[in-house]
Amino acid sequence: MERHSSCQTTFFAYFLAFLRKCIFMVLSSGPLPRHIAFIMDGNRRFCKKNNLMEGAGHRVGFSALMSMLKYCYEFRVKYVTIYAFSIDNFRRRPEEVQSVMDLMQEKIEGLTKEESIVNQYGVKVRFVGNLQMLNKPVRLAAERAMLATANNSKAVLTICVAYTSTDEILHAVRESCEEKRDELDALEATGSGPYGLLGPNNNEKEQEEQIDLREIEKHMYVTPDSDIIVRTSGETRLSNFLLWQSSVSLLYSPLVLWPEIQFWHLVWAVIEFQRNYLYLKGKVKQ
Amino acid sequence: MYLGDEMHKAKAMTWYRIAQIGNLGLLLLWHFVHLIVNLWYFALGLGQTLESYLISRGLLKRYNSLDSNRVRYLAVVMDSKEAGQTSEVIKLLQHLEDIGIKHVCLYDPEGLLKKSKEAILEKLTYVKLYEEATKSDSLVRKDITLEFASFSDGKKAVLKAANYLFKKNYLCEEQKEFVCTESHIDEALKAIGCARPDPDLLLVYGPARCHLGFPAWRLRYTEIVHMGPLKSMKFGSLIKAIYNFTKVHQNYGT
Repeated sequence: MERHSSCQTTFFAYFLAFLRKCIFMVLSSGPLPRHIAFIMDGNRRFCKKNNLMEGAGHRVGFSALMSMLKYCYEFRVKYVTIYAFSIDNFRRRPEEVQSVMDLMQEKIEGLTKEESIVNQYGVKVRFVGNLQMLNKPVRLAAERAMLATANNSKAVLTICVAYTSTDEILHAVRESCEEKRDELDALEATGSGPYGLLGPNNNEKEQEEQIDLREIEKHMYVTPDSDIIVRTSGETRLSNFLLWQSSVSLLYSPLVLWPEIQFWHLVWAVIEFQRNYLYLKGKVKQ
Repeated sequence: MYLGDEMHKAKAMTWYRIAQIGNLGLLLLWHFVHLIVNLWYFALGLGQTLESYLISRGLLKRYNSLDSNRVRYLAVVMDSKEAGQTSEVIKLLQHLEDIGIKHVCLYDPEGLLKKSKEAILEKLTYVKLYEEATKSDSLVRKDITLEFASFSDGKKAVLKAANYLFKKNYLCEEQKEFVCTESHIDEALKAIGCARPDPDLLLVYGPARCHLGFPAWRLRYTEIVHMGPLKSMKFGSLIKAIYNFTKVHQNYGT
């Protein structure tokens, strides 16, 4: 009886995978997004709504994340970025923060297992943010996961932890300034002087613009710019996520809570992207 | 051997034709899916037009008591095509004035609104530019402050701030230990004349819900609402957007 039920479940899973493949084949007649970002909002509301124990919402949310990643990779989305933990989230109750950190450590360690989705789809995992704010076990687990998946090249999963966009911009400005200072110091050491090879008669304007936009963007944690940003739970703000990279991103806010997100929501996001593709592509060129 | 090659070629040709027919079939299905979606949006648009009409006539009671003071700073983002419709922009500002919005930022990526600044200002009675309003204390109660922004106030402003910080803090030998923080960037933006309040609500007029490069540093917790094309702008839908904003509760990450 149990074997029969298990066979039915397997058959159903294969049937759903076949259906998803058919939908992908239809949608791939149009342009597909290269980079989708997710703000996984609604775990705590899901928990409350279903009278679950504290922290259970995040666990169900993790399963939803794994499913969504699978669907994205089936759609050949090369870059997926997720907002796992904001710097602002550290202001939550310490027990809640610790519970999320413990869950993150457990799931990060699971990522490097052979049968995990990242190895199945050849995904390189990157953890970005102010990682020094994380406790040591989580930080070490993240570093191990990055090392273990460094040679994967089919797709990139960027996990933003201890992250805010303003902190990212600050980091990029700081790194650019320090790099430029080191460059000038090196020039000075070779005898070219602080004005570089142009000499001391370098004009005021060029002195004012030592750093250019490319140097700042080089130091951003998340590249390339996102095509779609999905925020669940119907909230319409970005909450300090990818503010720099979302200039021409389609913002999609389905009402569904993150643990309840389904394949259809991704399909709708892709259809929206295709409807607005020419318009958004024109903005990129500008 | 010759017969074998010919058969192989015929087989390959047949598969190629089947694949082409298959691709054509998929393309037709794709167009059909998009047709259904467009019909859905058309029906949604009709529903929203009716709702807007009912709201502006005061027939939907819940929208009648609107606390517009909750919106301390409103931003409007529009595509360059929309920005060229100066008369529609003026109509929008008049509606916002009627609702009681006091501070508005108009943004378009290419700066067309900045070029139409004079034409817009002469059509409005109680309006002051943000720069003038912050310099003088003589803001009349009815005055609406207006800011014009473009792409150069976004990433380029951060770039200017970075260069300002570099010149001020990174070139001196004594300041090797300087650690840049978010406050330093705030101060730098103020020093270069690019510091403006963060909008509470951002209305996007255009085909897609996309902020089109609105200054990133100011968008942290801004609610971003898509309003559709500017030519379809309605008083009722503005009321609805602002009403929905007043019902939002933000945790700010906690």
